[in-house]
Amino acid sequence: MIRKLTLSALTALVLGSTPVLAAGDGGHVHDYAFSFEGPFGTYDRAQLQRGLQVYTEVCSACHGLNLVAFRALTQDTGPGLDDDTMRAYAASIEIEDPATGDYRPAGGPDHFPSSSLENAPDLSLMAKARAGFHGPYGLGVNQLMRGMGGAEYIASFLTGFNGEESEQGGSLFYYNTASGTYVAMNPVLFEGLVEYSDGTAATEEQMAQDVAAFLMWAAEPNLGERKKWGFMGVIFLTLLASLLYLTNKRLWAPIKDAAKHG
Amino acid sequence: MSGIPHDHYEPKTGAEKWLHRRLPIVGLIYDTLMIPTPKNLNWWWIWGIVLAFCLVLQIITGIVLVMHYTPHADMAFASVEHIMRDVNGGYMLRYLHANGASLFFFAVYIHIFRGLYYGSYKAPREITWIIGMLIYLAMMATGFMGYVLPWGQMSFWGATVITGLFGAIPGIGEPIQTWLLGGPAVGNATLNRFFSLHYLLPFVIVGLVALHIWAFHTTGNNNPAGVEVRRGSKEEAAKDTLPFWPYFVIKDLFALVVVLAVFWAIVGFMPNFLGHPDNYTMANPLVTPAHIVPEWYYLPFYAILRAFTADVWVVIAANWISFGIIDAKFFGVLAMFGAIAVLALTPWLDTSSVRSGRFRPMFKSFFWLLVIDFVVLMWAGAMPAEEPYASIALIGSAYWFGYFLVILPLLGVLERPTTPPATIEQDFKASVKAKAAKSGPAPEQIPAE
Repeated sequence: MIRKLTLSALTALVLGSTPVLAAGDGGHVHDYAFSFEGPFGTYDRAQLQRGLQVYTEVCSACHGLNLVAFRALTQDTGPGLDDDTMRAYAASIEIEDPATGDYRPAGGPDHFPSSSLENAPDLSLMAKARAGFHGPYGLGVNQLMRGMGGAEYIASFLTGFNGEESEQGGSLFYYNTASGTYVAMNPVLFEGLVEYSDGTAATEEQMAQDVAAFLMWAAEPNLGERKKWGFMGVIFLTLLASLLYLTNKRLWAPIKDAAKHG
Repeated sequence: MSGIPHDHYEPKTGAEKWLHRRLPIVGLIYDTLMIPTPKNLNWWWIWGIVLAFCLVLQIITGIVLVMHYTPHADMAFASVEHIMRDVNGGYMLRYLHANGASLFFFAVYIHIFRGLYYGSYKAPREITWIIGMLIYLAMMATGFMGYVLPWGQMSFWGATVITGLFGAIPGIGEPIQTWLLGGPAVGNATLNRFFSLHYLLPFVIVGLVALHIWAFHTTGNNNPAGVEVRRGSKEEAAKDTLPFWPYFVIKDLFALVVVLAVFWAIVGFMPNFLGHPDNYTMANPLVTPAHIVPEWYYLPFYAILRAFTADVWVVIAANWISFGIIDAKFFGVLAMFGAIAVLALTPWLDTSSVRSGRFRPMFKSFFWLLVIDFVVLMWAGAMPAEEPYASIALIGSAYWFGYFLVILPLLGVLERPTTPPATIEQDFKASVKAKAAKSGPAPEQIPAE
């Protein structure tokens, strides 16, 4: 199954050159099975919490998450931290007070800090700003079941360094098979880099998927609520359509009857 | 208001008479709602109501979005994310508005092609058609400016490319472009004027829609048979028509709700299907995206714009004749606007005496080829400007102009149309009987109403 999906993702990439691929062009993106795919998919709270840990201990050294507020971490359908844990977590991070310009421990309403490295992009929307695949045949319809591949792109990117390096203008660049090009970021994940409190083995793949899921939540925190609205709306509209169909049939019946016999 | 004879509103009570003498608004609403409508309208006639719904949806969601949006180059992007994250139901509002634009264009394209097939543009409905084209142009402008407002990468670069089209006009192009942008490049001034116009134009569209409806309520609807409603007397007209309420209101509502169920599924389950990932990166004047692509609904015309490169013979000829004033870029712009202009001129380009495409055997094939051409152009517009897409776009563009400028005028002379039914009543009876025959003999035990 995975092989088939990967193949169709590849086909989409090759046939590709559709606009939507532009952002994730050229490389190989593995189609991971995430819990939030499909019309009924939701976030896996434990995975988001692990992803938050990877983000905090690894990514946040250079990258920012400027559009996300700390209080969002308590979101029930998201990481679901309890209020005290969230406040303690926020307080462990120093932010620049927007009003005074002084540094102070963050609180619930504050946002995560911005990127500390100038060329490290903010990750708040990264999972929606990249499309790992757009199949079948570049139509993007399988988004309904598998998403756009933004989280897949991130996970593939993090595990996609193949060891090639290139020195340009005094800086080192690393070849990444997911982006299909040299990037300034070095490979950061290696086995056992973080210690998960829930006992999950911190393999490179595991960390990559966890942080990708966390970043998907960061980009689309209301995914679960949106799908719920979507489901209720479709049910309601289908029922309403059935009633209107019957009303319409009844309304026109005498007219059509007259036409048939006239 | 209508030219078709029918019962008009008669005020009965004293209060009704009092109001009617001063402002006949109840009469206007009554006459509009009870307008005699051809019995034989098929399901292709439902898109008008979908379009009306879209306009209302866009205005209502838009007005609420504006309450939370900040039109400033530094803050617009974050304010959209504020809507997505912090505003109650904001994510639904924004996704409804963004996908609502797509539904709007989807519906308008079917509505336009329905008009093309059934000859709805022909006399006496030319004004309805022209106003429709103005609505379409206003929609394109509104949609384009709305796409700039989130201030993502595609917003910024789309604005740069599209306003650049005006820069291609020889001599006065650059001052016009600067005037449109409010500066030498796309910036805060551009964002602000686009925001202002994006809020204004929908109300212009509301006005145009009122004229559109007024115009076709004066001439009466076209219909699949393309023959006019008999107007000799009320009784004669009543044989061909039914009042809009309740017959067509219920029918249209049913169709609208079916369309909305699909629309709602897209909004709920794949809201970014029709968007571009690059627009989730904030606008950066220093980084150009790999491919700059407009929204899907502009793609056919974008393909026509790009099709006429400097090595195409018509471009070379135009360049030579105009002593170099018309270069490939300007030619492309002319072709793009020309592609919409020929559409608007259809009433005078179609020479056939028969209105509905149903009775025009040769026209039918050319029409469906035009539909395919439109889809192919849409696809080619999304592809990079290289072979084989460039050639495909050029052939597609040639057919587009060929259809309107050569095929339509010639068909009127060359084609032998079949005979349309004499009356709408006949056409309606024939179609009801054909349907009954298809679904087997009707059971006779159904109790009479």
